[in-house]
Amino acid sequence: MLAWTIYLSFAGALAEALLPKSRPALARWFALAVAVAGLVLAAVGFATYGGHGRVVFADAAWVPALGIRFTLAADGISLVLVLLTGLAAVAGVLFSWNIEQRTNEFFGFYLALIGGVYGVFLSFDLFLLFVFYEIAIVPKYFLIAIWGSTRREYGAMKLALYSFVGSAMVLIGLLTSYAMAGSKSTGLVELAQANLPVSAQMWLFPLVFVGFGILAGMWPFHTWAPTGHVAAPTSASMLLAGVIMKLGAYGCLRVAMSLYPHGMDPWGFSVLGIGSWRAVFALLAVIGIIYGALVALVQTDFKFVIGYSSVSHMGFVLLGLMTLNQIGMTGAVMQMFSHGVIAGLLFAIVGRIVYERTHTRQLAELETMNLGKRMPFAAWSFVIAGVASMGLPGFSGFIAELQVITGAWTTSPWWAVSVAVGIVVGVAYTWRALQKAFFSDRHTDPHLNEPGHELAAITWPEVTGVVLLLGASLAVGLYPRVLLDVVEPAVNALLAGGVR
Amino acid sequence: MNYWELFRITLPETMLEIAALLVLIVDLGLLRKAALQTRLVVAALLGVLGCIAAQGALVVAPAGGLILPGSTDVALATMGSAAVAQTCILALTVLTLFLLVNSDFTRHVGEFVAVILMAATGGLLVASAQDLLLIFVGLELLSLGLYILTAFAKRSGASAEAAIKYYLFGGMSAAFLLFGFSYLYGITGTTNLHAIMRGIYTPNAMQAAPLLYVALVMVLAGLGFKVAAVPFHLWAPDAYEGAPAPAAAFIASASKVASFALLISIGTAALHAFDGVMAAPMVTMGGSCCHGGFLGFVPAWSKLLIVLAGVSMIVGNLAALAQTNVRRLLAYSAIAHAGYLLLGLAFFSYTPRSAQAILYYIFTYGLTTVGAFGVVGVVEKATGSARLEAFLGLSKRSPMLAAVLLVLFLSLAGIPPLVGFWAKFNLFAAVLGVSMSRLAVGMVALAVAMSAVSLYYYLQVLKRAYVMPAVDDRPVEVHPTTLMVLVVIAAGVVLLGCFPALVQSWMASFYATM
Repeated sequence: MLAWTIYLSFAGALAEALLPKSRPALARWFALAVAVAGLVLAAVGFATYGGHGRVVFADAAWVPALGIRFTLAADGISLVLVLLTGLAAVAGVLFSWNIEQRTNEFFGFYLALIGGVYGVFLSFDLFLLFVFYEIAIVPKYFLIAIWGSTRREYGAMKLALYSFVGSAMVLIGLLTSYAMAGSKSTGLVELAQANLPVSAQMWLFPLVFVGFGILAGMWPFHTWAPTGHVAAPTSASMLLAGVIMKLGAYGCLRVAMSLYPHGMDPWGFSVLGIGSWRAVFALLAVIGIIYGALVALVQTDFKFVIGYSSVSHMGFVLLGLMTLNQIGMTGAVMQMFSHGVIAGLLFAIVGRIVYERTHTRQLAELETMNLGKRMPFAAWSFVIAGVASMGLPGFSGFIAELQVITGAWTTSPWWAVSVAVGIVVGVAYTWRALQKAFFSDRHTDPHLNEPGHELAAITWPEVTGVVLLLGASLAVGLYPRVLLDVVEPAVNALLAGGVR
Repeated sequence: MNYWELFRITLPETMLEIAALLVLIVDLGLLRKAALQTRLVVAALLGVLGCIAAQGALVVAPAGGLILPGSTDVALATMGSAAVAQTCILALTVLTLFLLVNSDFTRHVGEFVAVILMAATGGLLVASAQDLLLIFVGLELLSLGLYILTAFAKRSGASAEAAIKYYLFGGMSAAFLLFGFSYLYGITGTTNLHAIMRGIYTPNAMQAAPLLYVALVMVLAGLGFKVAAVPFHLWAPDAYEGAPAPAAAFIASASKVASFALLISIGTAALHAFDGVMAAPMVTMGGSCCHGGFLGFVPAWSKLLIVLAGVSMIVGNLAALAQTNVRRLLAYSAIAHAGYLLLGLAFFSYTPRSAQAILYYIFTYGLTTVGAFGVVGVVEKATGSARLEAFLGLSKRSPMLAAVLLVLFLSLAGIPPLVGFWAKFNLFAAVLGVSMSRLAVGMVALAVAMSAVSLYYYLQVLKRAYVMPAVDDRPVEVHPTTLMVLVVIAAGVVLLGCFPALVQSWMASFYATM
């Protein structure tokens, strides 16, 4: 049944192209219906997933001559990410309610993107996974380039080229592993069992890990992320941070780490204390966490703050993966979910709720607008979202980051200590942005409080979207077992089956 | 051989020739006073019927091929790669003819269609020929047709200029080819490809190894021109830019299929020279091993192809980045695609795997390019130019046309689930199936990296069509037939990409009985 999330989204994308162009409202409601249906399917699939391990729900020969199969399946990790995609998709439609220009096309590209994302999370054939991965990237370009804002064409092209360089690296890995395994199958399970020679894994692992890592915002290949986020229309930056970056992290876990576990073995020598690819990528992740946070601290554009905070938060995911222990990797998956929900919410507040009413994202200008009083809903949503983003207990971010740090501590205390610095800076930049944007009482223009200067009222799609995302973060924060129960067995299976 | 057999085997070519003559008679004899549109439709329809008749003749052609007296080797193949390539050529010719319906670059419709059909005849011959003389005759028939087609827009200076460049380069490369052929004949004493490949390993021939290398370089220079591989590519951008759109489409599709089919014939003949004995043992046959450092035909041939492939990929893709005219952009992209294909030929498999992968690639590439030139033709007619600016706002001016362009260009860039991605994957997987050496993996990595580069210039066109604002909002008029053909091509590109096994198994069926 989960397979229908994919089919439905693509069918929806096609239908958007055929709906009458003169009725944007119809296109909106239709997109919302498709997204909600996807979320419902994902939720039902999540709730009814009883067993542990992999549930295959579609498996057919696709290209028999080359052993390529159409294999759709899910384990605990896929399920969590499918659920996240469903949430992000619905919220994204709600926050694009104001798209008036070329509405049909917008939602067409949007749903195609969502379909591709569902596909990646559910594919258990590497070829199929790659196909969906690329399908998810192309609409991204058009969403940003057509409906974006600041330097949109530059941001969109940069994102597209970074993504395609990454996917070219993945494709080289895919082709080589396929040929090395005897050109018999591209199934993830079959390739993992093929036991590729260690020498090959040693170069395939970094190649594919970096290939996917680019999309996960891995430092120093992260520079597409802030420009892309800022250029993108609100819903696209929500998806970008919410699910597209997760595609990269998911690929790192599902492909690079599962297929080439020996690529993480020690090299046999060490340079400056780094003796394996695992240590290299853990170091990059730690740098990403701290660097992203520090850069976020000095941004003048509100959206750039969130953009760099995404780089910082995705560092936790990559670090969690590199701990190679149960608690750290579980934390990485939890962080994927948590960051997906919270970053989506932050982008929604900044890019939609605030920007649509103030027409600026410059913190210096927002400072003078007394938004805390004039827009209490936005202010308080941002307070809660910011608190969640800092990783306060009660929200999903807390449990995720706690697990990553615990996992990192067991592997190398240095990682954990450095990350703690990142968290402190994280509190600082969130606080700074919050204070400047909403609660600054300096320079307030007194005229703004007079009649005639009211900001437009908050609309129902905005309230619904905020409630949906905050609710999800809060629910997972208060009762993390709802996700942990499915993630932990899946991580254990991965650790036992390939990744040690 | 008897004449009846010869007739049956060359029936497809005969059918095309008959159709060409019929078109001339009908157009020049019966329709002299008719409107241009009527003449175009009638000529194109007759041409299409000719192709269908030729296809019918292909299906009933006897298995085994034509064997000339005094020889045991096939001179004209009717099975395997030859049959696949011939079918592809006919299909692409039909599509080109459909695109002609909406054109107005010439009043000499009958001649244009007749020349296309005659060039296609040459293509069929090249695809099946296994004998140097037949190959040369076929190639010249094809090339002469292409020169004429390029020059057909008589009112356009660019067309004449393109044709004269194409003709001069072509004439010179034909001379190279013939020179190389003469050495091959001199060394081995035969004109049959299969006999030549065996003859190379006789002691006498091995003593002449340096001459053989000269011959290989000469032959490859001649064929490199046909497939527009760097450094023999200089004609391509001008020809693609100056030729009338249907002619350019034909040059870029059907003629490319024929040339690559010929390269496949050479590769297959080389590997099958001792039927089942692979290249390495062949070296030791004939008494004196490795005379004069001669390592055999296959390694030398592969090395040359690898060089051509690498240079073509790099130059084609990088030069395309700088183009401002979509036709020139397509020309450089064609050079890049030729590079990928030459890589497939350099690491060629004994089994039909590589041949199938190459034919799959070139056919789907041809299909996509015909469509692309169709779109360019329509845009040119509406705006008078094929420069990038002409595509501004196409998604508003003609949503269908823009959607077709989107599908075709993304396919050329190799984005799944479109057929271009599948073709690339299949081709590169075939290369790695032959060799997992560092060189092979490195070349595949280069090819994949270069196709990531190619996305940039394809996106430049799509950006004009979808993202940037239109300067002119008037809708673009598209002839219903043209639009239908373009939509069919785009649908084919999507469908074949989603279900690659369809064509894959269709092709495999041609090799099943071999």
